[in-house]
Amino acid sequence: MKQRSEGSGGLFTSRTKQLQLEMDRYFSLIDQGALLLEEAIKRYLEDRMEDFEKKSAEIDTVEHEADTLRRQIKHRLYAEMLIPDSRGDVLGLLETLDNVLDVSKHVTTHFSIEKPEILPFLRDDFRELTESVVKAVLELTLAVRAFFREVYRVTEHLDKVHFWEHEADEIEERLKRKAFATEEITLFSKRVHMRYFAERISLIADEAEEVAERLAVYAIKRNL
Amino acid sequence: MEVAGVLFLSSGLYMGWSLGANDAANIFGTAVGTRMIPFRTAAVICAVFITVGAVISGAGAAKGLGALGAVNALAGSFVVSASAATTVLWMTRAGLPVSTTQAVVGAIIGWNLFTGNPTDRTALTRIVGTWIYGPILGAGIAFILFFVVKFILERMNIHLIRLDKYTRVALILAGVFGAYSLGANNMANVVGVFVPASPFVDLNVFGVIITGTQQLFLIGGLATAVGVATYSKKVMMTIGSNLYKLSPVTAIVVTVSTATVLFLFASEGLKLWMESMGLPSFPLVPVSQSQAAVGSIIGISLAKGGRNLNLKLLRNIVLGWAATPTSAALLSYVALFFMQNVFMQTVYQ
Repeated sequence: MKQRSEGSGGLFTSRTKQLQLEMDRYFSLIDQGALLLEEAIKRYLEDRMEDFEKKSAEIDTVEHEADTLRRQIKHRLYAEMLIPDSRGDVLGLLETLDNVLDVSKHVTTHFSIEKPEILPFLRDDFRELTESVVKAVLELTLAVRAFFREVYRVTEHLDKVHFWEHEADEIEERLKRKAFATEEITLFSKRVHMRYFAERISLIADEAEEVAERLAVYAIKRNL
Repeated sequence: MEVAGVLFLSSGLYMGWSLGANDAANIFGTAVGTRMIPFRTAAVICAVFITVGAVISGAGAAKGLGALGAVNALAGSFVVSASAATTVLWMTRAGLPVSTTQAVVGAIIGWNLFTGNPTDRTALTRIVGTWIYGPILGAGIAFILFFVVKFILERMNIHLIRLDKYTRVALILAGVFGAYSLGANNMANVVGVFVPASPFVDLNVFGVIITGTQQLFLIGGLATAVGVATYSKKVMMTIGSNLYKLSPVTAIVVTVSTATVLFLFASEGLKLWMESMGLPSFPLVPVSQSQAAVGSIIGISLAKGGRNLNLKLLRNIVLGWAATPTSAALLSYVALFFMQNVFMQTVYQ
């Protein structure tokens, strides 16, 4: 008898439907991770540390759930011999998407541990940087969802991912230049600290772009 | 039936085996090669539906082949069939594309030449004509079908996972159609040359008359089933992973369009219907399945803009038109000479 993995659907949910639901859930967890990151950083910049920690903890939970779900989907794809033709591509996609969430989690964790002192004149830049990064991630999950249903729409979303990644790069550079040019920061280590966090946040958009690159190839392969 | 009869049928059984081993693999190659359909399912469908197609609708194409030259002595049928089989074996070993149909046609012409029986020009033209418009028809059907499938898929927005499920069902349905058409059209190559000299008599099974010809087709079907069971897996794996590189969805298009070509040249019902409507009908003759498939693949390449058009495939088709029948005719002629003068068997009446 075939074993049913934990959390599989009820008697009347087909295996196909169940897997579809799990995948959709996985993508919304990626979305949630990005949105929580935005909220967490906003609170950090407003010095609402307790709220920040709360959001940071929520990201941990989301990341954990996504990990479990990803393993479950992987198991299901192999155990039930589904989509043998594009299984490798789909798994590659899910795994690189996971990196996006992982980096988001690391960012908030490091904010929580290192508590970088962000001077007021850099706060808007950090906020703007986070917004661009989050937009890149949200656009990416739209592209991923399109890959499964309307493959011809993937490209338009991917174009936007590239756009927001580019924006993030520009803001990152601007922020770093400001941090190193200013007289307000006296310690060199603090300037480096600003650079480190700007790069870390921007890395999320880079990860999103990497998934986008893969997705572009998978989408071509999915065309008849 | 005497022992000699069984012995003489053996070459036909070999042809049946070859049909099962090679042509059945064309139907399910991609499906099994990409692991969308388990081999066992594919094998059962092939074995059952090739036999069903052969018994129900195999006679039409066999008559078309018979018109070329009615091999009327069992020893002659054996030589003709064995020559065709040997040609198929040789050419397959040499890695050349081979059509069972063309081998059989060549071998029958060899028999005609040896016995001085005039080759029916009309029948020959009709058969050779299908070698040209079989692949062209395959290309045309695949071309249209490709756009229909594309249109549907682009508008239905089916989730990849769900599409996977539908694709499997469609591959099975296409396979059923493919196997039925293969049996209906190509079984003539296997047992067609034995029909005029058939050693079988009509049987009455619970009030249902099974004609000697139908018994021949049933035996051909069983030989095909053995071919499927023993050898086709290897061929399927090759086709699925090396040769054509079709996606499962395009494989459906190729299978359906190939099967349609074979069906058009095998269905007596369709022929009668088209004639009653005053439409030009398709002659009932065996056509080459692998060439119809190659035609279909070319049709898909064209539909995709002709970027991946493999001209080598075209060249191979044309090469097959000349090489296969010529060698089979030559072999058949020489073998008949030996059969008659060395083994002292009657090869014609």
